[in-house]
Amino acid sequence: MSMTMSEKILAKASGKDVVEAGEIVMADISTAMVHDLTGPLTLQSLEQINTDNVWDPDKIVIPFDHQVPADTLEAAKNHQVLREFVKQQQIKNFYDVYEGVCHQVLPEKGHVIPGTVVVGSDSHTCTHGALGAFATGIGSTDMAMVFATGQLWFKVPETIQYNITGELNPNVTSKDVVLNIIGTVGQDGATYKACEYAGETVRNMEMTDRMVMSNMAIEMGGKTGLVEPDKITDDYLKGRTDVKYTKFTTDSDASSLEVMDIDVSNLEPQVACPSHVDNVVAASEVEDVELDQVFIGSCTNGRLKDLQQAAQILKGNKVKSGVRLLVIPASRTIYKQALEQGLMDIFVDAGALVCNPCCGPCLGGHVGLIGEGEVSLSTSNRNFKGRQGHPDGSVYLSSPIIAAHSAITGHITAPE
Amino acid sequence: MQKIIKGRILKLGDDIDTDSILPGRYLTLSTPEELGAHVMEGYDLHYKDKINEGDIIVAGSNFGCGSSREHAPIALKGAGIQAVVAKSFARIFFRNATNIGLPLVELPDGIDEMDERDYVKIDLEEGTLEDKCNDKTYKTTRLPEFMFGILENGGLINYLNNTQFKE
Repeated sequence: MSMTMSEKILAKASGKDVVEAGEIVMADISTAMVHDLTGPLTLQSLEQINTDNVWDPDKIVIPFDHQVPADTLEAAKNHQVLREFVKQQQIKNFYDVYEGVCHQVLPEKGHVIPGTVVVGSDSHTCTHGALGAFATGIGSTDMAMVFATGQLWFKVPETIQYNITGELNPNVTSKDVVLNIIGTVGQDGATYKACEYAGETVRNMEMTDRMVMSNMAIEMGGKTGLVEPDKITDDYLKGRTDVKYTKFTTDSDASSLEVMDIDVSNLEPQVACPSHVDNVVAASEVEDVELDQVFIGSCTNGRLKDLQQAAQILKGNKVKSGVRLLVIPASRTIYKQALEQGLMDIFVDAGALVCNPCCGPCLGGHVGLIGEGEVSLSTSNRNFKGRQGHPDGSVYLSSPIIAAHSAITGHITAPE
Repeated sequence: MQKIIKGRILKLGDDIDTDSILPGRYLTLSTPEELGAHVMEGYDLHYKDKINEGDIIVAGSNFGCGSSREHAPIALKGAGIQAVVAKSFARIFFRNATNIGLPLVELPDGIDEMDERDYVKIDLEEGTLEDKCNDKTYKTTRLPEFMFGILENGGLINYLNNTQFKE
């Protein structure tokens, strides 16, 4: 029977030959991730289950990234509790405060295997769909079940495949493509569905660009954001994992597949305006928006290519007086590469503040909060009311290219 | 689990996200009491003052969109919210609320006819919501059998302890 990638992965993980959208399956989990904020609740739930040990300590990954280093006594306590758990359960895939953002650390360290089911107690776990894994965000109690049993139930989703064609204009990135899609389908346009990014434009994208689009599948309600694995996937995984994997593909005649054709040849840089991610316009339409803070980083756009693009624009320029530019590499590895390539010098000389790898202002609870009435332009993935601090602050979302140009001028700026 | 729920309603609009329900700065907290004290602060710093124990939230579409933070449904429960009715729910929130035993009721049509503080009676088993103030009874979407089983046990933990991990 013809099936989608999601159906094939879930069939394999639940020991079946065939599954159909709508069916509930119990799937084996290959990687389960909690971080410093969702880990403690998971442990609280796990304590209440009549079992002493996790199902497989080698399949659990715990990075600290949201409040690193600890900024409050509560955060310090959460870190202590999780470190104790790691020791007690002999979890070797533990990344303490220095390693980086979970959705960069997981693929970077080889914890994401194509064709498997990856769950994380973080909604942006869909990022890992870029490698062809059925990766999805779950809550802490669901995660406690995974820790105890190695399994979780799923309703097999229908698939909405974005068939993306056309060559991107200069200054237009995969961030603009995904913002444009979200603006078109709406923030609940893919609820309960698996998103799949396909077409020649996606095939030509580097892994880092694919991750941006997969990361934002949740912003339209998607369960995951898949890309069919190919040579780019193989190259990315080389040296990161020795695990043999299956490259599942979607059959074009699968009954639960809906295809949406998107031509991006004429796409302009996009911006999501407050306070919903689907409130998307061309950047050129909002150039009068004055900024207080610009944030370049996060699990969406804190990777090396993002920093390179921003540095190229900032080189020899200064951040506008009165504007704060925060640059946060997504991982220690990226931080080091940026140092070696001289990007950090450019940022510091331009007047940016470079922070340690972490979620930064995107959490709205650790560093770089915005105050009442302040306006932020951010390369992250959410602009909800109150997301980066005060409920009466505003957050706009863009690519690192638009963010860097805007940091120099002090208002949202679309380059010529 | 209580299958009949009665209470007064608090109305909210579409796309109420998890940052509105429980802002990121409170994610270090974990008990229902602590989290309940900050419920809806991302939406309105003083929303909490409107809530009376046993109130039912009635909202528009895509309620609970955003983060996977289970802190959000725990905060609602901790603040005394008995159930949430909405035109539709975001996926992760839907699972999380069910897992911690906070009943969610999907009601695609009829919500716009209901007023703030109306007194309603929800029958989870029958799949109905009766608005005692406008004298109308609405048909709600019944939970999939599997999820209803979780809710009937009072949440996923009890469900596991009553089945797979029965001592």
